[in-house]
Amino acid sequence: MLTAIWVMVAIAVVIGLVLGWSAIRFKVEGNPLAEKIDAILPQTQCGQCGFPGCRPYAEAIARGEADINQCPPGGEEGVKKLAELLGVEPKALDESHGTPKPKSVAFIDENTCIGCTLCIQACPVDAISGAAKQMHTIIAAECTGCELCLPPCPVDCITMVPIAEDLPHWKWKAPVVMLKKVS
Amino acid sequence: MSRTLFSFKGGVHPPGHKAESNTRPVHAAPLPKKLVIPLRQHIGTPAKPVVEVGERVLKGQLIGAADGYISAAVHASSSGVVSAIGPAVVPHASGLPDECITIETDGRDEWIAHAPLDYRTMTPADLRLRLRDLGLAGLGGAVFPSAVKLDPGATHPCPTLIVNGGECEPWITCDDVLMRTHADDILQGVAVMRHLLGSTEILVGIEDNKPEALDSMRSAAAKLDFAVEVVAVPAIYPGGGAKQLIETLTGKQVPSGKLSTDIGIQVFNVGTAHALARAVHHGEPLISRLVTVTGHVLRPQNVEVLIGTPMHALITLAGDREGTTGVLMGGPMMGMPMPDPEVPVVKATNCILVQSNELFPPLPKALPCIRCTRCADACPAVLQPQELFRFAKAGDFGRAQEYSLFDCIECGCCSYVCPSHIPLVDFYRYAKSEIWAREKEKRASDLARERHEFRQFRLEREKKEKAEKLAAKAQAKRAELAADPSASGAPDADAKKALIAAALARAQAKKAGVEPKNVDHLPPDKQHEIEEIEARRAKIRALARQPLEPEENP
Ligand code: SF4
Ligand code: SF4
Ligand code: SF4
Ligand code: SF4
Repeated sequence: MLTAIWVMVAIAVVIGLVLGWSAIRFKVEGNPLAEKIDAILPQTQCGQCGFPGCRPYAEAIARGEADINQCPPGGEEGVKKLAELLGVEPKALDESHGTPKPKSVAFIDENTCIGCTLCIQACPVDAISGAAKQMHTIIAAECTGCELCLPPCPVDCITMVPIAEDLPHWKWKAPVVMLKKVS
Repeated sequence: MSRTLFSFKGGVHPPGHKAESNTRPVHAAPLPKKLVIPLRQHIGTPAKPVVEVGERVLKGQLIGAADGYISAAVHASSSGVVSAIGPAVVPHASGLPDECITIETDGRDEWIAHAPLDYRTMTPADLRLRLRDLGLAGLGGAVFPSAVKLDPGATHPCPTLIVNGGECEPWITCDDVLMRTHADDILQGVAVMRHLLGSTEILVGIEDNKPEALDSMRSAAAKLDFAVEVVAVPAIYPGGGAKQLIETLTGKQVPSGKLSTDIGIQVFNVGTAHALARAVHHGEPLISRLVTVTGHVLRPQNVEVLIGTPMHALITLAGDREGTTGVLMGGPMMGMPMPDPEVPVVKATNCILVQSNELFPPLPKALPCIRCTRCADACPAVLQPQELFRFAKAGDFGRAQEYSLFDCIECGCCSYVCPSHIPLVDFYRYAKSEIWAREKEKRASDLARERHEFRQFRLEREKKEKAEKLAAKAQAKRAELAADPSASGAPDADAKKALIAAALARAQAKKAGVEPKNVDHLPPDKQHEIEEIEARRAKIRALARQPLEPEENP
């Protein structure tokens, strides 16, 4: 009887030690869930979700402080993906944060630009090149279309241009086959 | 024949319809008034225009230069004047315009000076560069730049070279006719391929429903100073698919996600070999090709067509008929519907198939999949088309990819046998392009994340650097003051006050220095303007301050 108890205690101690050691040894840096959520978010960095960027929103979702339907650029599909990841029911996009828009890039009217650098300071991904009192321009390939550069511009010379569909970006449409009902 | 042939799984036997077009003699199509030459005719980077509007060009003159390694040049197909460079409708299922060079021909068909290449004395790299600049690309349909395929590299020796004369798709006969009439030229091109690839075994695969082509290629091969084995392969669709032909001839399967070169085999179409011979032995760029015009026309035939000729002109030549319902580029199994019969012939155009309701009755309405797995039996790529369909339809592209969606060659065998008439291939094309688009999006968002994180890091670093600099400066000033005998004994607070006062005085002086001197006695409108700008500035300042607030008092 006593031996059995001792054996149990010994096993408990050993397992406790192993668990304790692995908790220290294999400690995961950062928040892996936030990481996964961040990978799904579109990285537009527009702040429409109410957080200063995608990463803080991801962390808030991971902490359970924000709902999954606040990111308009991600759209319904983004919500669906987040729901899948978190094992919750998908829901409709929260319209109060905005509605999805066609993908666009910013364009600076170079004749009007006064070179104030305010837009550079606003751009979350450094997609604007220019210097004080010099004409500025958008690096279209790097612009995420977040629209954050629009309000600071004192001469309103930035407009959003929707990305036109061209051959390399064309997609086959989902076939619409009306599957005939068989009664 | 001594060679043992293998057979691949699946395949179908659609009616051939070859006899309609392969009996008439080959003519050159008449020179059109206008040639529209797309800059993106091959896989890879589109060519860059090197001519200007209004410039006179000669036949064979370079008008679009190859841009990068995977690219091919384009040339003027006839002499004339460049009338436009810009978007025009191209032969693509989307109907979207793409960059094209339009040439108004002058009817003189005047060649630019050109000379044969002495390929045996050129270095392989130079020769490949020349071929790229002569616009060589695969004429079997995939239009991959030939120069790239002819580069065995250090890791991919290609002991086996297969020349594809299979032409398994119904209605199309351009390769058949080319082999009948130009067998010697084709094999001349094969000799150049052998030279570049260092192949030791050369096989020509031709389906056994083309006895004339087999004869003509065999007698031409007998005249060569190296061994070329011309093999008759059983006619079954898609026996002329590159992977299927490889399996039939060698018994080897190209593993999923790999290229044939990974197992030491390179495949070229007979048309490409012919174009290569023209390029090397005559110095001619790829400006024309053989095209089958067939289907619902009066005189189905093969024509030698200049690249850029409108398809409509060829249909008129073959005799257009009432009741035309559409035009396909390619055959009935894999062809693409054309948005407009005026689109130009490009390097990929092997066939122009005119449709009518009698020849191609519209498919009956699709019924639900009954999971009969006939499609799986017919699939030459050993896939499960019914599962792929299920996933593609549900938008579950990840699962479709797990089921090897990208091994699908879009041959259409599955749709052909499906008793429910489901347009299966449309679903696979849709799923593939969705996956590509998503991958592109993913790359863009990864880039954005990286750039955003770097910006955060940069701002953080700048802040720290500034703080450090300020601290160092203050330290230095304090040391200076401490060393100053007049200030000795003064408490620390006084030293700080003195510092601040000094800084204030400096700032004031500076401000006075930059104070605008021309704002006194302004006319009222100017004054008004200034006020407006000031107001706007205040607004911006307020806006700029806004997002910071939640951080300041959380
Ligand atoms: S709303 Fe904007 S900032 Fe927020 S997660 Fe979506 S893209 Fe990122
Ligand atoms: S350029 Fe403007 S719209 Fe584009 S990412 Fe920068 S701030 Fe956003
Ligand atoms: S052949 Fe058609 S009905 Fe049969 S399993 Fe395949 S998709 Fe379904
Ligand atoms: S189209 Fe794709 S899935 Fe259908 S039979 Fe051909 S390879 Fe198989």
